[in-house]
Amino acid sequence: MTTLLEAKDITKTFGHGKHIVEAVKSVSFALEENEVVTIVGESGSGKSTVARMVLGLLPITSGTMTFRGNDVTHVKGKERTAYWREVQAVFQDPFASFNQFFTVRRLLNRSLRLLDEQVGADRMEESLGHVGLRPADVLDRHPHQLSGGQRQRIMIARALMLHPKMLVADEATSMLDASLRVNILNVLHGLRDEVGLTVLFITHDIGQACYLADRILVMEHGIMVEQGKTDDVIFNPQHEYTQRLLSDVPKLHEGADTDWSSEGVPQPVLER
Amino acid sequence: MTRLLNAEHLRASYRTPDGREVTAVDDVSVYIDEGEVLGVAGESGCGKTTLGSIISLTARPPLYVDSGTLEIDGKVQDLGGNRQVERTWRGSIVSFLPQGAMNAVSPTMRVRDLVYDVVRAHDGSIKKDEALDRARDRLTSLGLPARALDAYPHQLSGGMKQRTVTIISTLLNPRLLIADEPTSALDVSSQKALCDMLLEMLEKRIIYGVVFVTHDLPVLREVANRIAVMYAGKIVEIGGAAELTERPRHPYSAALLGSVLSPEPRYRRIRVAGIPGAPPNLANPPAGCRFHPRCGVSYPECHTEEPPHVGDELRFSKCFWAQKHPGEAVPLQKVTSDDINAGDITADGYVHGENEPEDATTTTVAEVSA
Repeated sequence: MTTLLEAKDITKTFGHGKHIVEAVKSVSFALEENEVVTIVGESGSGKSTVARMVLGLLPITSGTMTFRGNDVTHVKGKERTAYWREVQAVFQDPFASFNQFFTVRRLLNRSLRLLDEQVGADRMEESLGHVGLRPADVLDRHPHQLSGGQRQRIMIARALMLHPKMLVADEATSMLDASLRVNILNVLHGLRDEVGLTVLFITHDIGQACYLADRILVMEHGIMVEQGKTDDVIFNPQHEYTQRLLSDVPKLHEGADTDWSSEGVPQPVLER
Repeated sequence: MTRLLNAEHLRASYRTPDGREVTAVDDVSVYIDEGEVLGVAGESGCGKTTLGSIISLTARPPLYVDSGTLEIDGKVQDLGGNRQVERTWRGSIVSFLPQGAMNAVSPTMRVRDLVYDVVRAHDGSIKKDEALDRARDRLTSLGLPARALDAYPHQLSGGMKQRTVTIISTLLNPRLLIADEPTSALDVSSQKALCDMLLEMLEKRIIYGVVFVTHDLPVLREVANRIAVMYAGKIVEIGGAAELTERPRHPYSAALLGSVLSPEPRYRRIRVAGIPGAPPNLANPPAGCRFHPRCGVSYPECHTEEPPHVGDELRFSKCFWAQKHPGEAVPLQKVTSDDINAGDITADGYVHGENEPEDATTTTVAEVSA
């Protein structure tokens, strides 16, 4: 495995003087090729700020970031456009990320401005195929005719058209129902296996991280408190904060701690 | 236990000016006992929110309540047609916490201004200090800092804002609180804090019952006493929270449960398939059981006939499968999950019906975790 992106001591501060806020404090991590890495943490832990810095949408206050060995800490102009061909993003709200007056075809065409005209049409169909949508079904529709899950898949397809090496998904599933959520996660999982995509997935839901991720990074108040293989972090958490996050997750099957549940019917032991 | 709310045969539809009509809640009856939390679960577009607004008496055009009665504390209110509901009911008997309520606080006003607005709207003679004192007491008794009242909304975190608006929505001591997706925009720690606060409010007798509308079943499992699962405008299954999550009797409940992801070892090994397709368009719902096009265990009669009501008022499922398999739980994997390590496990955990084909590669989720 080769390292795709490496961040060393990246820091982001907002404000000046007295009102300075350190949103991300000296965070270091590396993303290997062809792996899914998840950043978990509660709201305000700085996980989205990290995503925006990785995407080059927010200037990095200090520290360095390299992408395939090249320094991309302060990319600008043409270099940044080139960087965006390799690194693409899917954001949280599939309802806000569409221009409601455009058909899906027009929306996708606009993203192809980063590429040659020639390859465009092929790429469009190919990437819609990756996310399990039939081009004929969706291309001539407007956003309001699509469900939330379909919209989010189109957003992933849009990102994939550029054949990126890396996809940053910032809370891409948190606005969706549980069943649609699973679909999107399966799409991301499939892309890692089929296209060899690296995915940086940001979420506050440890359940999703556990299902999807190869590695997990845990953030608290701008500090990365724990990182490691998913199995190690989730089933053997070292840091107190990770343990608290895990204990706050509502469990579906908790055994018989509720007295109104049994009415003489023997409960099947589902686990543990 | 005393009955707090009895809502019967609720039916409501959205009507457009050009004469189209979509029945979003179709003959739904629910009841709540005192001190109880009733969870309402289902996907987007299943009518959960509509049900919440009917019970909270906040239905507004284009939503029209066609029929139904609401009985709270023995007082009966007929909802059908153009009947006017007494203004005093809203806020002081039933209170509604709408979806995204925490983002509805005016960014240019302090929280205390909202408190005063809410209280004054129901009691014109109240002094500002009195209203604020009441809110301050309520906040401190539930473990929130009283300074939240003097803050602007942007100074509070998401979880704090949501807890504060929840408290404001119950300032008038309503009998029943209807909370629509109160936890959906929050992270797990704030979710837990909000749920704990709701339970504490019930314990302290600030409110006497909660209707908790969400699509998040694990949250309901923790907070609710009973869960009602809605699909396409109808309640398809009702049961005790533990009973329903452990032994679902309707394939849709099982499918919903199957798409839940928890940080448990078995989710590292299985692929969850989710529910195929999408909820039907209610302008033109499918005939028979409304879930049959997406159901993995459907029978021919599901396509044409209305499913039977299996069970009693406390625990029922509207399903032919449940009728043919009395007392059994719907096997989760039949409707959703797909095991990627099927070769490793061969045993069969759930009790299957005799007439079902035996499939050696099918394993239950229960087995995978063993």
